[in-house]
Amino acid sequence: MALLEVRDLGVRFTRRGRRALVAVDGVSFDVDSGQTVGIVGESGCGKSVTSLAIMRLLPRRGVELSGAVRFAGEDLLAKSQDQMRDIRGQDIAMIFQDPMTSLNPVITVGLQLTEVLERHQGASRGEAKAEAAALLRRVGIPDPVRRLGEYPHQLSGGMRQRVMIAIALACRPRLLIADEPTTALDVTIQAQILELLRLLVDETGAALIMITHDLGVVAGLCETVHVMYAGRVVETAPRHDLFARPTHPYTGGLLGSIPRLDAARGEPLHPIRGSAGDAIPWSRGCAFAPRCTRRTPECVDGPPAVFHLAPDHSARCIHPVLHDLPETEPVP
Amino acid sequence: MLRFVARRLIQLVPILFGLSILLFVWVRALPGGPAQALLGEKATPERVAAIEAQFGLNEPIWKQYLAFLGRIVRLDFGSSLQTNQPVVDEMLRRFPATIELAILALLIAVAIGIPLGYLAAKRHNTWFDGTSVALSLLGIAIPVFFLAYLLKFLFAVKLGWLPTTGRQDPRLDVAHPTGFYVLDGLITGNPAAAWDAFKHLVLPALALGTIPLAIIARITRASVLDVVNEDYVRTAEAKGLQARTVTRRHVLRNALLPVITVIGLQLGLLMSGAVLTETVFAYSGVGKFLADGLLKRDFPTIQAFILVIAVSYVIVNLVVDILYGLIDPRVRVR
Repeated sequence: MALLEVRDLGVRFTRRGRRALVAVDGVSFDVDSGQTVGIVGESGCGKSVTSLAIMRLLPRRGVELSGAVRFAGEDLLAKSQDQMRDIRGQDIAMIFQDPMTSLNPVITVGLQLTEVLERHQGASRGEAKAEAAALLRRVGIPDPVRRLGEYPHQLSGGMRQRVMIAIALACRPRLLIADEPTTALDVTIQAQILELLRLLVDETGAALIMITHDLGVVAGLCETVHVMYAGRVVETAPRHDLFARPTHPYTGGLLGSIPRLDAARGEPLHPIRGSAGDAIPWSRGCAFAPRCTRRTPECVDGPPAVFHLAPDHSARCIHPVLHDLPETEPVP
Repeated sequence: MLRFVARRLIQLVPILFGLSILLFVWVRALPGGPAQALLGEKATPERVAAIEAQFGLNEPIWKQYLAFLGRIVRLDFGSSLQTNQPVVDEMLRRFPATIELAILALLIAVAIGIPLGYLAAKRHNTWFDGTSVALSLLGIAIPVFFLAYLLKFLFAVKLGWLPTTGRQDPRLDVAHPTGFYVLDGLITGNPAAAWDAFKHLVLPALALGTIPLAIIARITRASVLDVVNEDYVRTAEAKGLQARTVTRRHVLRNALLPVITVIGLQLGLLMSGAVLTETVFAYSGVGKFLADGLLKRDFPTIQAFILVIAVSYVIVNLVVDILYGLIDPRVRVR
């Protein structure tokens, strides 16, 4: 049994007097213990909402969840908020995108670390403080004892993200969800933070869901990758397979749009035409069809079937890109 | 933190100087000059000249200013034209009454306003939220004296639950060592007197506290609505902290920052509101004394009152600044 099983997860935002907005639609995936999984997509494709739904951090009013999220066999969607409070921070932890705003500006870094230890491990003030200093040292913050008494505004962005990582890993969670953890950071700091994450995830044996729009992050870190578009997973593949044989036209477009250093001077970039706002509802056809170069009339003839290139490689497309690589035959 | 407080204290000096100049100029800018203003329109030139000589109004202006400063420092504001007593004595006698009233009014405003604002934000877009917003709008819009009469009519006249006027039942035999009647009753071992003084306070305090209450509730609501959507609150939730820890440590601590500023500003408003409230309830505080003074052109009293109000504004703002520094570490470095 996988550590986390997401089955047919749906998230609908409803507001009185307005049409409901389907943010996540039938998303299913597994995360095994210790595995690193990437979820990739553009802004607004539902990847963050998926992670917040797993954590049950979406507002209660105006949000409808459907499907199942099983963590270690237990359905998280059936749990009360009080039960979730015991799981969050303890078994599943989360790192957010913007370290500048994700820490409370008016309390010390130390308290923000110790409060999670005191809450879940029943540690005393003294024990929690010692443990907090050790945690800061482990995420590479020099002079940790002094830093404990400082406030977030006294730390740089990279330092703050290290503090966030320390907080998330404080209780040795079995699953860590990182939602764009490097997007708000300088490129050099990004690399350091990713390296730190990889190291600590290895060390603690935590499984990792890396949510990102950056294929480079996925390339360096994740074993399995799910590509999302307009609220659905459109392609799932092992990392190498995804980069070698992108089967969904959207994945191909994403990879093709990355500027290359070895490209000829003056060669134009290759963006995907249109914008994510052009999507049509999945119930009426392929949401990507309006932007797709391989579109045919059948694409908007109802929801597209899933095409299996290999047991662990699938794409939600009726005109998948088939690469004639001799070693594997497409499985219909 | 000590350095921060010291810096704020030093910044007070120019403010107080500016204040004294304004006050000095104000008296001299009165129509016909201070002597004329004091004596009225029908004063003879001889009387005016005599007063000008008596108060040194013929001296060079800088000498007059220095003399004025010297009197202020010695708390010598002259005598009230209403009672012929030194203004300081009159003020000291009446101040405890107004402070007592203002404190209870503010307590009511804070104790009801903050929880009301918080609950309204928590139940955003429900009937509770809508009702509290409408009520707070009413609270801000209703004139103080009208509300005062309404309260007096309902609770004192119709229902007879509370006294209509005054600070204490004159039939009670009570000593007043401090001038704070509720406190006096308690420290002289006379709980009945304290209770009686408290009952006299309730209606004026309610009338006076309604506007600050409404404003505090609105600001708290808006501020909490802002803060609950902050990333750090989501972080706190993601840590699995207990709901009350999230509320106290992460939501309220941040949300109360603007509320504190508003409370400070309201204290000044309470002082001016006290003029109306005290008049309606014939409550002998500073406000009523000032209202009478305004009608009788009692300039020494008015001048002293303006100074006291301004200084208390400055002090309240200092306290607010210090509180801000205590709660928000980012303020201290600035």
